[in-house]
Amino acid sequence: MQSSTIKKNLYNVGAILKGLSITFGYMFRKRPTIQYPSVKKQHAPRFHGLHELRRYGDGQERCIGCELCSSACPANAITVIGAENAPGDRVSPGERHAARYEIDELRCIFCGMCEEACPTDAIVLTPRFEMADYRRGSFIYDKDRLLVPIDAGVGAAPDERPGGIPGDLGRVADIKSTTDVAEGYSATWRGEILKTQRRGLASQ
Amino acid sequence: MTMSTQPLTPEIVSQEGNAMVLSMGPQHPSTHGVLQIMLEIEGETVVKAEPEIGYLHTGIEKTAENLFWSQAQTVIERMDYLAPESNSLCYALAVERLLGITDGIPERARVIRVLFMELTRIASHCVWLGTHGIDLGAISVFFYCFDLRENILDLQEAAGGARMHPNYVRVGGLNGDLPNGFLAKLDAFIEKFPGRMRDLRGLLQANPIFQDRTIGVGILSPEAALEWNVTGPSLRGSGIGYDVRKAFPYTGYDSYDFDVPVRSEGDAYARFLVRLDEMEQSHRIVEQARRRLDTPGPVLIDDPKVTAPPKETIALSMEALIHHFKIVSEGFRVPPGDVYQSVESPRGELGYYVVSTGGNRPYRIRTRPPSMYNLQSVKGLAPGNLIADLVVILGSLDPVFGEVDR
Repeated sequence: MQSSTIKKNLYNVGAILKGLSITFGYMFRKRPTIQYPSVKKQHAPRFHGLHELRRYGDGQERCIGCELCSSACPANAITVIGAENAPGDRVSPGERHAARYEIDELRCIFCGMCEEACPTDAIVLTPRFEMADYRRGSFIYDKDRLLVPIDAGVGAAPDERPGGIPGDLGRVADIKSTTDVAEGYSATWRGEILKTQRRGLASQ
Repeated sequence: MTMSTQPLTPEIVSQEGNAMVLSMGPQHPSTHGVLQIMLEIEGETVVKAEPEIGYLHTGIEKTAENLFWSQAQTVIERMDYLAPESNSLCYALAVERLLGITDGIPERARVIRVLFMELTRIASHCVWLGTHGIDLGAISVFFYCFDLRENILDLQEAAGGARMHPNYVRVGGLNGDLPNGFLAKLDAFIEKFPGRMRDLRGLLQANPIFQDRTIGVGILSPEAALEWNVTGPSLRGSGIGYDVRKAFPYTGYDSYDFDVPVRSEGDAYARFLVRLDEMEQSHRIVEQARRRLDTPGPVLIDDPKVTAPPKETIALSMEALIHHFKIVSEGFRVPPGDVYQSVESPRGELGYYVVSTGGNRPYRIRTRPPSMYNLQSVKGLAPGNLIADLVVILGSLDPVFGEVDR
């Protein structure tokens, strides 16, 4: 009786020592954690992060305002209003361009279907992921914040388009600090709010 | 009913002498999400436990009805958020059967699907093991589990673009081939896994406190398990070796060599051991899938009715451009019919009953979430146990509430 109790206790102590030795052993191994935010994790090239609207090498916008991204989006996060290019002042190489382009990043589920839908590789998801903010309104990204600055020099000529999921995206646009968004945030799809404005644009 | 003079705390619904109706959750940390259990207790002993579900209801099934077949994939993946690939694969298989293209899926796509199914199973079991340990006071295990899981999430991110909901498995195959450098990362994981698994076993398996808390607790008899419709590791812990991968093989699981771990004790410790063994079996399948990945090949079915043309061709051919616009803006159409497809998710038999009326959107997607059925067995398991053991029982059943409430 007594010897079996001793045996059991010895087994228990042994089992606990084994567990503790594993924990202790890890003290001398390489740390799996990183010191965020001073050290940032390197994300995969395919990572679905913050969106970016790209340009061609000559500074023209890639977006042709076709609204395919908008119809591919399962979360109804994208609103595009297209407009004709003025002959003297081209915005994009095609006939049309996006007069307004807005993504509601709070609705977005980062599935990457806009990127797959875009026929000109204009909208891409970058590996940027830090987009926390204090106000809901500032999560509606308009063209000012999505478009790569013209001096960033991103993008190939129209016939040099990369296939499939873009790998090297070049320099990512410096996202400006959040500006006041004139309209307040509304949980309804932005398209509904903008419908009236679309009619206004069309009548002009 | 006589009420005590002092006001009751919000958790206590009613009190009479030693008997009490207690609301456990929905913010209780050991309910693994938002589960509320209405407990009738006599002192410390549970007399009756009634799980109240629905706190995480997101209407995914209904949302999917308003999306294209291809878009529905993105929300369906979010049901079981710990094993997204099992959801997306099951849905894709169901739609492929409705489309009649099951045999046309390229071999490489099938191998990668199996690879990610098993990786996601390991990742899901890592979360279960970590949180189960925390429930019982073994906090350090959690960190080792999440470190291992992070390696798998890195692989998912590399292939699909997101750590948790990569939207990688698609109807007709996969969204793009594996990226460069993926196989090297996978090899590193395969090499790292056995050592890490030894550590995880070493931390908990023989631990006397852990054994005292789990052995003989929440015994689920084979008959009761069948009555409650329990599937997955919880069923196999009760001695019934039912595994969808073996019983109704899909995506070529019949060509892989693996065992189905079964234990007959039926208690929380048996379920724990079954899941640990399952992780090792998953590792075996991952190794076999890795060997088949050396042969390149297509990963998406070449069927213009379902898939958009490759993006490079859009700029060169007007037909491809029109085709691309049509697939993206209208989606593909699925012939009328209904189909039930099930896969072995980390929690059990996950099934989708998909109904099509011939349109470009699903008419109905009914889910058979394994967690939901497994969770209901708490009603039968909890009475007679202590409240502290209820936590063990819940943890050993491993419910995920995104899936229970969907």
